[in-house]
Amino acid sequence: MIKIEDIRKSFDGNEVLKGVSLEVKKGEVIALIGGSGCGKSVLLKHVIGLMKADRGRVVVDGKDIHILRGREMNDLRDRLGFLFQGGALFDSLTVFENVAFPLKEKTRLSEQIIRERVFKELEHVGLSDSEYKYPSQISGGMVKRAALARSLVMDPEIMLFDEPTTGLDPVMGHAILELIDACRRRLSFTAIIVTHEIPEIFEIVDRVAMLHEGVILCEGTLQEFLSAHNPLVRAFVGRGIEGSQVSRGKYSEKN
Amino acid sequence: MSAIRKLGAPPLRYVGRMGTMGIFLFKAFFYSIVPPIKFARVLKQVHFIGFQSMVVIALTGCFAGMVLGFQGYNSLRHFGSDAFLGPTVGLALIKELGPVLAAFVVTGMAGSAITAEIGIMRISEQIDALELMGLNPYRYLVVPNLLAILICLPLLTAIFDVIGIFGGYLIGVKLLGVSEGVYFGEMIAYVDMADIMEGIYKSLSFGIIIVWVCCYKGYYTGIFTGFGAEGVSKATIQAVVMSFVLILVWDYFMTSLMF
Repeated sequence: MIKIEDIRKSFDGNEVLKGVSLEVKKGEVIALIGGSGCGKSVLLKHVIGLMKADRGRVVVDGKDIHILRGREMNDLRDRLGFLFQGGALFDSLTVFENVAFPLKEKTRLSEQIIRERVFKELEHVGLSDSEYKYPSQISGGMVKRAALARSLVMDPEIMLFDEPTTGLDPVMGHAILELIDACRRRLSFTAIIVTHEIPEIFEIVDRVAMLHEGVILCEGTLQEFLSAHNPLVRAFVGRGIEGSQVSRGKYSEKN
Repeated sequence: MSAIRKLGAPPLRYVGRMGTMGIFLFKAFFYSIVPPIKFARVLKQVHFIGFQSMVVIALTGCFAGMVLGFQGYNSLRHFGSDAFLGPTVGLALIKELGPVLAAFVVTGMAGSAITAEIGIMRISEQIDALELMGLNPYRYLVVPNLLAILICLPLLTAIFDVIGIFGGYLIGVKLLGVSEGVYFGEMIAYVDMADIMEGIYKSLSFGIIIVWVCCYKGYYTGIFTGFGAEGVSKATIQAVVMSFVLILVWDYFMTSLMF
């Protein structure tokens, strides 16, 4: 469904992506992990056409996303959902208006049906009682959940998540991942999740790919990562597991 | 070779940015003509640009007219021509000061806010979110401002002119003793429709300049001015300064064309 072929991208002479190739099959959920600043979010923005590669191409359902224009691009984007790292909610609109926005602008549904769909989506993400609050009046976790509701309200076939748990406490981070998993089971979308949540992410995805120094260093399941020959891969996943245990321990001590 | 490259890079960058600005204006006009037009957003911006600037327009107009009353009377008195105070105040306001000062007020009040709003939307990825919904950001952020300013600025300029003429009347007639009949009578004799149209054409073109520059600067915040609060503040300052300069430069060309 999504085929990333030899993507290369430089910023001011600094090559961030050095030939990344990755394939995501229909209905599959892949996590993209890697150190901060290694180009995970940049790669995700190539998939959705917000950035154009210097070389290589991204093919979604047989269509090269970098040569699509106008209506064709809009048609493709109607099938995509994107959860931004900071939520990217419209700050002059309430949570309800944010979630209703794509329905109002992209469909001819009646006000009543839009209301019903928005409330249903807000209920799914646990925000039924915050619909008339503005993004600045709710917590970071609630912003993420509202943004998730907005990206899911059009029933996308493909979802891209850019660090959905960044900036959240471990419990809220875990709750967001569980929510993504529940949505995936409900909507059966194909997804790429950029994350640092190790090992939790292995529980909700089919495969994990690790990006390092501009290339995919390893691809596979948790066991495949732990048994990888590359010490960098083992260290990254191993430290993630240790970190997770420590943070969980600290949290349970506090509570 | 690298020294030559370094020497040529800034001019090339500026030419590139001018091209981007030109394309931005073309797209703004194109989407203003081609439906769908977001009329609710146009009305919202009419309220924001027009209604909220009215008090400041009235105040500046009144004081500009009063200053003209004093200065005009002082100059004309030397030649025994104080009867021409009315046409002097009227023509200065309708042809020059009205359109230029009203445009400055709108740039300061609405233009800067437009740049800051669009700039914040850019750096917080709200514009990306619009694009990813398959929606055209120009239709939501640029076109409503363009149409609203084309409605509001000529009207604000007219209000500025009328209140300015009244300010000149207060000083010239009520304070300095010029005859009321002479003040308005001579004004009617010397100010004709072509002068009023010149002011309207100017205010329309200034409106286009304000929206063009302020929306462009906001839209490309992060790319040209850096990210974060500093990027937005830089973009806003650049938008206001560039608008002021372009308004004055364009005013010269329009005046010389219509002279």
